[in-house]
Amino acid sequence: MGILEVKDVGKRFGGLQALGDVNLSVAENSCHAIIGPNGAGKSTLLNVLVGKLTPDTGSVMFDGQSVLGLSAHKINQMGISRVFQTPEIFGALSVLENMMIPCFAKRDGSFRMHAIENMMREKDIVDWADRILADVNMADKRHMHAASMSRGDKRRLEIAMCLAQEPRLLLLDEPTAGMARADTNNTIDLLKQIKSERDITIVIIEHDMHVVFSLAERITVLAQGSPLVEDTPENIKGHPKVREAYLGEAAA
Amino acid sequence: MLGLNRKDFLLFLVVTFLALFAPILLNPFPVGSAMAQFNAGYPDLMQRFVIFGIFAIGFNILFGLTGYLSFGHAAFLGVGSYSVVWMYKLLDYNILPGLFLAIVVSAVFALLIGFISLRRSGIYFSILTLAFAQMSFSLAYSVLTPITNGETGLQVYTSDPQILMSGFSPSSPHLFGLVMNDSSYLKFGGWEFTFNNGYYLCAVVLMVAFYLSIRIFRSPFGLMLRAVKSNQTRLNYTGLNPRPYTLAAFVISGMYAGLAGGLMAAMDPLAGAERMQWTASGEVVLMTILGGAGTLIGPILGAGFIKYFENIFSKINDSILHSWFAFLPDGLEDAVVFIIHPFIGKGWHLTLGILFVLVVVFLPGGLVEGGQRIARLFRRKPADKTDNDTSAKTDPAE
Ligand SMILES: Nc1ncnc2c1ncn2[C@@H]1O[C@H](COP(=O)(O)OP(=O)(O)OP(=O)(O)O)[C@@H](O)[C@H]1O
Ligand SMILES: [Mg+2]
Repeated sequence: MGILEVKDVGKRFGGLQALGDVNLSVAENSCHAIIGPNGAGKSTLLNVLVGKLTPDTGSVMFDGQSVLGLSAHKINQMGISRVFQTPEIFGALSVLENMMIPCFAKRDGSFRMHAIENMMREKDIVDWADRILADVNMADKRHMHAASMSRGDKRRLEIAMCLAQEPRLLLLDEPTAGMARADTNNTIDLLKQIKSERDITIVIIEHDMHVVFSLAERITVLAQGSPLVEDTPENIKGHPKVREAYLGEAAA
Repeated sequence: MLGLNRKDFLLFLVVTFLALFAPILLNPFPVGSAMAQFNAGYPDLMQRFVIFGIFAIGFNILFGLTGYLSFGHAAFLGVGSYSVVWMYKLLDYNILPGLFLAIVVSAVFALLIGFISLRRSGIYFSILTLAFAQMSFSLAYSVLTPITNGETGLQVYTSDPQILMSGFSPSSPHLFGLVMNDSSYLKFGGWEFTFNNGYYLCAVVLMVAFYLSIRIFRSPFGLMLRAVKSNQTRLNYTGLNPRPYTLAAFVISGMYAGLAGGLMAAMDPLAGAERMQWTASGEVVLMTILGGAGTLIGPILGAGFIKYFENIFSKINDSILHSWFAFLPDGLEDAVVFIIHPFIGKGWHLTLGILFVLVVVFLPGGLVEGGQRIARLFRRKPADKTDNDTSAKTDPAE
């Protein structure tokens, strides 16, 4: 049994079968990549996993518990964090404040009224936030306005915010899309570092094969809403069906 | 100091100083001088500055921090006034029970209205709050006449129970015998300053209200409210539920509004339905935006600014204008007065509208941003470097 078990999940949008009979099992502390052509249903699958969409059929179990029908913040509290295709951070706040929010969430739960205390005097939170910023090499950006950073740094901050919650499952939707080569390599290094230092399961959607083959232990190829093959990176590279459905198309 | 960092404490001191010395600071021109009409240091107007300041400070906790724009906060203002007058009718003219009731009742109203309105965001939220306020207005105006005395407005009659009233109790609003209407006067050369009890009560309440708002801004709760404004998706995917945070902010700002409404009735023992009308809700929006939404001092500045101009501009009439421009040749004098005429007296709303447009277009951060720009001009000397610092700084501006 993997930590994440997706069984027979189907989702229609009007006449379009975005997902059909998706089965997926992700082993604990592994890195599992989902690849596939545009419109294959990868983001839709992720939306189902985090409760943004409810599937028409099938079940999604995380650590033996169903996540279907729960609200996003509840699912997050179970230990699932998500990085979005375009970085979702608190643009109006400073980097440190961005980092403090997941720390508060982790310590205090979904709602707690601390209306009189000074947030900068919550030493445990500030230290915790600073420690994670140091972990991801962003200590020097502590006072920066989050919205004014480069796309790569925003992504790094978003990942760091997810890490602060110590999630057991980290979902990444095209974390390097639209990034310059150097930023992409930095992100790969960061994710490798996270994998080696923590007990964490990673599910990554990615178009960039360099990223996929540097990180993933297993790969699922999704095409037109259903898994085509699932295998190790070595086998996927040579798989004729995959070349036809995906790699071939990308090369053409 | 007082649990504030140095900058916030300084700001608090400035507001305290201004509030305490307003009767002097706002009367810079000697009585009878040509400029005396620009004096604002009389009790009635100063009370309005401070009461609307409190209203706007509270409104800013909701709008400035979370970005939820309520168009119905006047409802709580009215609720506060009715509560205070009812306590006059039932107990006596001591304002304390009334103010307490005003805060409690407006909190309950805000909880109800907020609970329903906050199921939507953006324009739908604004419309819902507006609808609730208009419903409250018509309830107060006609349906609930036994409680609100309808069109006439609620006031104290000699037939009212006033069970705590004794022969010694003052027969106008007071705080344990300190009568709100009483003033002491200071004459100094050509100047005359009025120190009014009611004004000082309001000023002390303003200081407390402002202090609490600084604490809220700097608290983890305040951080969450700013996070709600910045990105609700991320907040959700950080395991936080925005709804209780926004509801708490809504209730707090409703309580501020109720307190402000209560103080209005504490200064003048009347309450009428017109206090709940949408124009009053709109006015506090203008004040907050004009001063600088999301800044600490902005709402106070905005409230003072609007109330000052409302008074001064609406008092200027054609004969005053003629006396100002008497030095011009006759035809030109008439022409100038003719051009200015629509902007004064009853037309002062036109002036306010123009000022508002100018501020929103050129100073989206309100008067506070204007002040910061001026301060930056003076600090320009060490050049370049400061610019980077200011853009990297993210304290919500003072
Ligand atoms: N909310 C929605 N309503 C209607 N159709 C949708 C919705 N979300 C996705 N779709 C459709 O479902 C299909 C799968 O979309 P999805 O975003 O999951 O693809 P993807 O694999 O993530 O593609 P990409 O690589 O471009 O991100 C697409 O055809 C898309 O247009
Ligand atoms: Mg996608």
